[in-house]
Amino acid sequence: MTPKKRRRLAFAIALVVAGAGAAGLVVYALKDNVLYFYSPSDVQTKHIAAGVAFRIGGLVEKNSVHHGHGAGVDFVVTDGKARVPVTFEGVLPALFREGQGVVAMGRLNDARVFDASEVLAKHDERYMPPDVVDALKRSGRWKEGQ
Amino acid sequence: MTGEIGQLALCLALALSFVQSVAGLIGVRSTQARAIANSSALGMFVFTVLAFGALEYAFITSDFSIVVVANNSHTLKPMIYKVTGVWGNHEGSMLLWVLVLSIYSAGIALLKRGGEELTSAALGVQGLLAAAFFLFILLTSNPFLRLDPMPFEGAGLNPLLQDRGLAFHPPVLYTGYVGLSATFAYAAAALITGDIDRLWARAARPFMLIAWIALTIGIAGGSWWAYYDLGWGGFWFWDPVENASLMPWLVGTALLHSALATERTGAFRVWTLLLSIMAFSLSLIGTFLVRSGVVTSVHAFASDPARGVFILLILFLAIGGALSLFAWRAPKLASGSAFQPASRETTLLINNVLLVTALAVVFIGTIYPIVLAAMGTRISVGAPYYELFFAPLFLALMIVLPFGPRLNWRRGDLKDALRTLYPAMGAAAVAMIAVLAFVSPRTVAGAGSFAVAAWVIGASIVDIVRVLRGRAVAIAAFAAALAHAGLGITLMGIAGTTLWRSEALEVLGPGETMHIAGYDLTLDGVTVANGPNYQALRATLEVGSGGEHLGTMTPERRMFPAEGQEAVQTAIRTTGFSDLYLALGDNRGQGRWTIRAYVNPLAPFIWFGAGLMALGGLASLWGRVRAMFFTRDTSPVVEPA
Repeated sequence: MTPKKRRRLAFAIALVVAGAGAAGLVVYALKDNVLYFYSPSDVQTKHIAAGVAFRIGGLVEKNSVHHGHGAGVDFVVTDGKARVPVTFEGVLPALFREGQGVVAMGRLNDARVFDASEVLAKHDERYMPPDVVDALKRSGRWKEGQ
Repeated sequence: MTGEIGQLALCLALALSFVQSVAGLIGVRSTQARAIANSSALGMFVFTVLAFGALEYAFITSDFSIVVVANNSHTLKPMIYKVTGVWGNHEGSMLLWVLVLSIYSAGIALLKRGGEELTSAALGVQGLLAAAFFLFILLTSNPFLRLDPMPFEGAGLNPLLQDRGLAFHPPVLYTGYVGLSATFAYAAAALITGDIDRLWARAARPFMLIAWIALTIGIAGGSWWAYYDLGWGGFWFWDPVENASLMPWLVGTALLHSALATERTGAFRVWTLLLSIMAFSLSLIGTFLVRSGVVTSVHAFASDPARGVFILLILFLAIGGALSLFAWRAPKLASGSAFQPASRETTLLINNVLLVTALAVVFIGTIYPIVLAAMGTRISVGAPYYELFFAPLFLALMIVLPFGPRLNWRRGDLKDALRTLYPAMGAAAVAMIAVLAFVSPRTVAGAGSFAVAAWVIGASIVDIVRVLRGRAVAIAAFAAALAHAGLGITLMGIAGTTLWRSEALEVLGPGETMHIAGYDLTLDGVTVANGPNYQALRATLEVGSGGEHLGTMTPERRMFPAEGQEAVQTAIRTTGFSDLYLALGDNRGQGRWTIRAYVNPLAPFIWFGAGLMALGGLASLWGRVRAMFFTRDTSPVVEPA
């Protein structure tokens, strides 16, 4: 092997090692920082442990919204099959309504209540968050043209 | 009538784009074809302007016989939103896209940088891109479709888009996205003509700079919009749409630096070509992500699958074509010139490796959820993932940064460079100690970021002083120093807001007071106010500090009856060093409302720094323009950066 070839080989090996290392790091980082999306049915059937962060999507159950304690608010997210109580301390989005689609980010507490850190609703009358559409379709509650 | 004129102009522009591409490619060998390519580029520009003007006229006169106008406008809409509403929808925004593309084509044809042959080939490539997008518009997103019967009133514009920012954000961002097509065209032209020496990099430089400046301003503007219009107090959410604009910026920044080396010494020739192709490919990927409805956001106007597939097709043809060309020509490229470990090339290499790694991180974080969603699992990648990588990458980048301008090409003197950096080291030490001593909570991240920011800013000040004393190539060094100082200032802003922000959320009745970070906020009440096309609930809060009255702030919630939508209007009071930020929440009955308040220390620095970066780019562009028009080009290789 000429010195030039040796240098090239060393460079190629270094590149492969660095690439593999970077890919490994990224996968590792992704594993810990990915938020899964669950429907209320998923939350019930998959026995998600308390303290695991995830997103939940569904409809805000009719007559379930209670403004209580300070700036907090409680409501129930449902997909027609299962219901998950949610508690949230913050400003609700402008188009948060009973019977409408909602996506919340947070984690279950020990009482199996979803402690939301962020609540998103649809942007306008026509738009439904795709996650909610997905959850409703899976529970068979989705009507075309909704 | 307007519709028909616009439609006709679009068809003619499409025809001319075909002529331009064929003539341009033949023009590498033939003088006549070259002339045809040139005039078709100018003709395409004229007809695209005409088509755009026609749509603009239809919006201004509220011509609801045109579908796009009927769906996105309203007679009661203020005039500014009629004018800007043209690009507040899918069809119009694509028309804006080709308008910008045709402006760049005309620019290439008129300036003829890099000689006749290179220009001709670049026009050929630009013509191909233009043809693809004109076809896209005419086949899937025709802005001039008629509506029969014509409605009496339009459906209005999404209130989130009824913002003065809409006047600037899309045109500026497109100037950036599409500007990278010019760089792409020059890179492809260099591969076609086989003239892959330094010439093309120098020819493409002004377009590269304009694109980068526009991207910088566009991204900063978008983040400012998110900051004051969404009411969440944050400035960056690692949303796929934001990432779509960040990716071309990261590669564009790497390109701006590596092209410098290619131009001066011929180093990184192959790499610079590849970066040019990557930068525009990422613009196209961004357009696909944003416009196809794959990710939902205020930007996703279209959810028509045909459009997504069409853009995907353009994407594959452009990237595939360019990469095949590259694979065919690259083996013939001579390897670049050698350089010592301590040289400017080395620092640029480190810059490129780090920026491209950052790009890979954003790319994976953006694409991975989309791939998983296609397989039925819905996930989202959160900010911690990005922060985990961006913090060390940018830290390393900024530690190396000040050495770049101090080392010579090919062989530099590290000791000499270090000597001029003593003041910067002093600044870094002072910043670190000051943060550790006076700011709470005391964090390593805070001390580290401020030390690095002070290091970069200090070095830039040293550079500017050197320029003023006449010891360096004036404009190039000055431009670099400005842009680099801007990066340091932005870092301070980001560190300040993320590490030391205060947040309060309370339910207030009239006369009640809440406290946040030394401010006292007293609610006077919430009243109904009427805007031109909305009704607002306006909270009036008295702001005080230590018994002293500072002023009144009025955050609002606006209801747009025409569109049946609601939007928040935050109130921000800034001292230049810190923002007091208020958003009005829900009605809790009996005159009580939730109020969300943030104090964001150093938040204005984020945009001030970005502005400085753009100014640095402008200074550099000015250097080029001056060299182009005002000095005789005796020694082409010594143009300023």
